[in-house]
Amino acid sequence: MSDIQSAETMHTDTHDHSHDDHHHEANFWNTYVFSQDHKMIAKQFLLTGIVMGTIGMMMSVLFRLQLAWPEQGFPILEKLLGKWAPDGVMDSSIYLALVTIHGTIMVFFVLTAGLSGTFSNLLIPLQIGARDMASGFMNMLSYWFFFVSSVIMVISLFVTSGPASAGWTVYPPLSALPQAIPGSGAGMTLWLVSMTLFIVSSLLGALNYIVTVLNLRTKGMSMTRLPLTIWAFFVTAILGVLSFPVLLSAALLLVFDRSMGTSFYLSDIFIGGEVLDHAGGSPVLFQHLFWFLGHPEVYIILLPALGITSEVIATNSRKPIFGYRAMVGSILAIAFLSFIVWGHHMFVTGMNPFLGSVFTFTTLLIAIPSAVKAFNYITTLWKGNIRFTPAMLFSIALVSTFITGGLTGIILGDSALDINVHDTYFVVAHFHIVMGLSAIFGMFAGIYHWFPRMWGRRMNKTMGYFHFWLTFISAYGVFFPMHFLGMAGLPRRYYTNTAFPMFDDLADINILISNFAILGAIAQGIFFFNFFYSMFRGKRSAQNPWKSNTLEWTAPVEHIHGNWPGELPTVHRWAYDYSKPGMDEDFVPQTIPLGPGEEETH
Amino acid sequence: MAQEAAMGAPEGKLWGGGRQPLGASYGKLMMWFFLLSDALTFSGFLTAYGLMRFKYVETWPVAEDVFTHFPFIHGDQPLLYVALMTFILIMSSVTMVLAVNAGHENNKKSVIWWMFLTIIGGFIFLGSQAWEWYHFISGDKGAVQVADGRVLYIGDEAGTQITLTDLVHGPSAGAHGHHEKFNSEQIQTAFKQGDYVLLVPGKAKEAIPHSTAVKMLEKAEVVQGANMVRNEYGNNLFANFFFFITGFHGFHVFSGVIINIIIFINVIMGTYARRGHYDMVEKVGLYWHFVDLVWVFVFTFFYLV
Repeated sequence: MSDIQSAETMHTDTHDHSHDDHHHEANFWNTYVFSQDHKMIAKQFLLTGIVMGTIGMMMSVLFRLQLAWPEQGFPILEKLLGKWAPDGVMDSSIYLALVTIHGTIMVFFVLTAGLSGTFSNLLIPLQIGARDMASGFMNMLSYWFFFVSSVIMVISLFVTSGPASAGWTVYPPLSALPQAIPGSGAGMTLWLVSMTLFIVSSLLGALNYIVTVLNLRTKGMSMTRLPLTIWAFFVTAILGVLSFPVLLSAALLLVFDRSMGTSFYLSDIFIGGEVLDHAGGSPVLFQHLFWFLGHPEVYIILLPALGITSEVIATNSRKPIFGYRAMVGSILAIAFLSFIVWGHHMFVTGMNPFLGSVFTFTTLLIAIPSAVKAFNYITTLWKGNIRFTPAMLFSIALVSTFITGGLTGIILGDSALDINVHDTYFVVAHFHIVMGLSAIFGMFAGIYHWFPRMWGRRMNKTMGYFHFWLTFISAYGVFFPMHFLGMAGLPRRYYTNTAFPMFDDLADINILISNFAILGAIAQGIFFFNFFYSMFRGKRSAQNPWKSNTLEWTAPVEHIHGNWPGELPTVHRWAYDYSKPGMDEDFVPQTIPLGPGEEETH
Repeated sequence: MAQEAAMGAPEGKLWGGGRQPLGASYGKLMMWFFLLSDALTFSGFLTAYGLMRFKYVETWPVAEDVFTHFPFIHGDQPLLYVALMTFILIMSSVTMVLAVNAGHENNKKSVIWWMFLTIIGGFIFLGSQAWEWYHFISGDKGAVQVADGRVLYIGDEAGTQITLTDLVHGPSAGAHGHHEKFNSEQIQTAFKQGDYVLLVPGKAKEAIPHSTAVKMLEKAEVVQGANMVRNEYGNNLFANFFFFITGFHGFHVFSGVIINIIIFINVIMGTYARRGHYDMVEKVGLYWHFVDLVWVFVFTFFYLV
């Protein structure tokens, strides 16, 4: 596909010196719908991500109702789930479906496409000084593949037999045998179709991000002058290019097992007393292939949030980021290590204990670059002239959750310790804090920080503070107590625990968690209102509202195709000259040439 | 959008911005990264294949016993035809190199000629693969599946594998009648006539003595040819992976041929001559070489090792 497309743009590539007169006339369709402008595509990703995020969040509220008040009737459940909640009591199969789709939507549609798709698209061309992405057409395709994939995922919710219910990791045999449970039928098929399109979208996007960063940096924008956001997006894109194809392999083999009668993941299986034809395959094979994607995917989610945080913390501390090169190095180290740790998801699959210890070792190595990043954030904040904007608060919250969740990661990464809490709420707490909360806080930070860049208006600060504190408190309120549930042995994914008297004492904790979950969900209402209200009625923003150094603030507030009127800006310094001694102001944009006596440091 | 960086005079440091540090256009770079990604998809499949083969390493079918046909030639020609296929595909890579080279010289006629040969090579490979699939599916020697699910070959008293046709009609019949279907009674009856044995697939071809074999045959089914569920060559995963990996590769070759044809038409129409360069030929060339390279791996792991 890319070849055919390149044939078209090649024309632009070589003959079209003045791009302005080349474009077709702007109309509604090519401006707002099939736009090839990276800024519009970023907004499309963001809005789709927010819609999907809302669906995912509402699902979590629904299954939290069931977990806190098991098998009690709620009129709202009957209204929303219909036949899946007779008399308002949630059916066990829809519980599994909700958990599955919640995970899928949050991991892929919100925190991968919604986060990386939005900010890579918005910031890469603007922060490196490019007119647009390398291929606007492929960028547009990337969004529309994502859109169709989202639509199919949403449609799968309305299938008669229910959506996919095998967990977001879709382990076979549950996912491989259409007759296994209701959710393994059409719902699972749609899940696979949707994810295949998602992989295509992610590939098209990532190719663009990588090549744009390599080839389209403006004059003076060397790799060591790139803002850390760009480094994060760049490495994230490389991770995507290397790991998503393996998920595609896993998914295609699964499709064959489902519909062609092959036995890649299936061994001898009886269903309803009848023996199936499958023989010889291995479900563990799927887990290996899946987690080879799955673990890098964690960093595909997290790295953009960390990049955004670097930028927001440096700007709002009015200090250079501490240890720029160490930050870049740790991003690269994390990216590399993320490919050799996947086995730590599989400690209880009967893995050879020696192999387990190898994966333990590589996993614990990740603690080093992660700690480098955490300390660098703290030392950047140290003695800074801190401005507590909502974006800054969310960034600091990210540092907090990154550390809290990272510490439990050391426990789970160690095979000897992991086995005790494997598949309990301890794991749920860990990954929600370290990647869920961190990434969503990074995303909120990005939205608050770059909202003026996207819509030329500022979001309301007071509402931002309310949103932040309610979100932050309820997020810890939800996930911190889960550690205790996990250590008490409560297994994850169970529809109800009423049959196990030893868990009776934990019922109150579950009620507490669910209350915080509901509070957190309501708090997002403030954000939605603020977001959409500010889009149209917000205070008009100055060109550089945060007095920031990076290039995106040198472009005019009004969006124009090509980002800068006239020449592209030239870069003379790195992005973090904040509070530089001897300067008139406490920030020096990258476009300002070095003054007399100033030494070039980057 | 890409042009401004491209047009930038090569001044300043290589990685200092305003230049293409790798000396390649964005389209070519995207192709390289796409191929990297695709390589990992294939790696996923080949690793899965390796894992399952290693799991059943003792009884995994031996490729020399499976791929023995050559068009219009009777008798065993182990791996001869697939070697020819491989040769043709590699030659089509050579012609592709020549097409790219001719493109660098802006020699339209020469590009047309070499691309034409490349496309022909692609079609021959696809046709050969169809032929190979046909013979794989319709089967050759035939086998039996015993009650525990294992597929076993028929062997004569010397422990050499013989076809079901030879078993039922005797070796003197001489026909390569592998299209005749047999039922298990026929096999049982014929098996008792001589000192035949059952052979376990794999390099060792361990023989199950006649007396035990006769008992096993009582509950055995005849397997002729291959499908996704069972095949006469042995482990069902062998055919699963054969169909999947060669099929996925064949799909790549097919799309490669289609893309080559599109570019070929553009060359004939003079699109690239007007443009002044044949970069598109180079990009599809990258894809084509990649498809060849993948085949080298498939050939190595599926047929040779």
